[in-house]
Amino acid sequence: MSFRTRWRKTVNVIMLSLTGLCALFTVSALFFILGYLVYYGGKSLNWAFFVNLPAPVGESGGGMANAIVGSGKLLLLASLVGVPIGLLGGVYLAEFGGWTFSFIVRYTTDLLNGVPSIVMGIFAYTIIVIPMKHFSAFAGGMALGVMMIPIAVRTTEESLRAVPGMLREGALALGASKWKTVATVVVPAAIRGIVTGIMLTLARVAGETAPLLFTAFSNHFWSSGWNQPIDTLPVMIYTYAVGPYDDWHRQAWAAGLVLLGLVLVANIGARLVVSRGISFRRV
Amino acid sequence: MLMKTSEESRPTERAAGTATPWPADIKMRAAGLDFYYGGKQALYTVGLQVPTGRITALIGPSGCGKTTFLRILNRMYETVPQARPEGEVLLDGEDIFSLDVVSLRRRVGMVFQKPNPFPKSIFDNIAYGLRINGMGGQGTMAEAVEKSLKRAALWEEVKDQLHKSAYALSGGQQQRLCIARALAVEPEVLLLDEPCSALDPIATAKIEELLFNLKDICTMVIVTHNMQQAARAADFTGFFLMGRLIEFNKTAVIFKTPARKETEDYITGRFG
Repeated sequence: MSFRTRWRKTVNVIMLSLTGLCALFTVSALFFILGYLVYYGGKSLNWAFFVNLPAPVGESGGGMANAIVGSGKLLLLASLVGVPIGLLGGVYLAEFGGWTFSFIVRYTTDLLNGVPSIVMGIFAYTIIVIPMKHFSAFAGGMALGVMMIPIAVRTTEESLRAVPGMLREGALALGASKWKTVATVVVPAAIRGIVTGIMLTLARVAGETAPLLFTAFSNHFWSSGWNQPIDTLPVMIYTYAVGPYDDWHRQAWAAGLVLLGLVLVANIGARLVVSRGISFRRV
Repeated sequence: MLMKTSEESRPTERAAGTATPWPADIKMRAAGLDFYYGGKQALYTVGLQVPTGRITALIGPSGCGKTTFLRILNRMYETVPQARPEGEVLLDGEDIFSLDVVSLRRRVGMVFQKPNPFPKSIFDNIAYGLRINGMGGQGTMAEAVEKSLKRAALWEEVKDQLHKSAYALSGGQQQRLCIARALAVEPEVLLLDEPCSALDPIATAKIEELLFNLKDICTMVIVTHNMQQAARAADFTGFFLMGRLIEFNKTAVIFKTPARKETEDYITGRFG
């Protein structure tokens, strides 16, 4: 075997092993985090965590029922903002947009996606919290909702673009208007991708802490409405993890596990619902 | 935006011919039809009459404009930006460019080169056109679906699996499903753009037989690359070359005694 051949084979083996190692590292990092969370979180998780309010400082026990409900309320608010705007914006880009305007919208959406979440918090603080003169679930929901838009727009657009053009032509040729074609053929054909994108962005904002610190703030009691400060799981994790008590640390782990679990359940649920439809992809 | 393009390009003097009654044996008529994709001209003064209740085949080499011509007849060219016709196309004496595009496509249906069933059940595929056009309640819907599937000679094969995905069907069945879908809204004209190009000979034969039986209910225009298909199935044949309609006549005449040398060269396989 010539030197060149041997050299080529060596480089091949080295690069193959390197890519394999990096792939392995990615997977192990994920499993390490998951394992840690399940181990510590699982140890501290009990029924009280789901049904009780946080215990006063110094008392052990207590739970985060209010924060679980709070996170749910904020995600609902965020979805009310992010899902319609993201969905319809993505439909516009994929189906109706002219070249120049679409380019601007797409570019701005990508920029919006790059805005640090804490800046999004300041924004919501300035335009909602300051005029209202108090923290509120509403302000937090708006901050998270705006954060959902970019990914929702782009994944919707990508999913719609993957739908074969001949399906659109089929509907148009039957006398469907452009909008009817989109609403009754194209969007249903792309619904799996769209829902996956929305679940991804929902999962992302579900774990956001920074924009909530000065919008939804925190409230260790049952929040009486949308207009009041409210506890959320990420902010509780932050508060409890940096607190001085061992009991708080354990609760923070439990909260992390619950947050992950809720996101997972929502994700699987949504996929089950949409997977009953018929996909345009021929398997 | 696209609509505007076609509105603008509409010739101003219209309906001059309505003084004489429209002949019943002609379904559609194109006269002096030019067509442009942006600055590129694709059709040059095409004039053609589509006879009622007959099959008209359009043949010619790739890029000759036959599909472009077909897509003008139901204004499907409007999906292409910058596409613009100039000239006259009439459907039963009415100018198709001033008809509402939705009602035009209701009357002039289309079947495409590759089967394109919607990712829905067989039933919903057929019912789609009826639903969007607000035709029929639930009871009549089932009847209409059965009727269309029977007309497309697919009923016996699918009657027990109407709620299964249309993608579970074979390619030939899918194409017959698409024909049934187009027939469900009872079009007066059915345009077929190389409907058999993705199918095997057996599926092709089934579709040809089906088209033959559809002559009682609608007028058909079929674009085909397959000259045997045109010779077998069509009553009339038009030969396109480089954006021009070279010859149009009864199929037997075109294939046995073509008047133009280009037609003869093409059908005898000397080029194209």
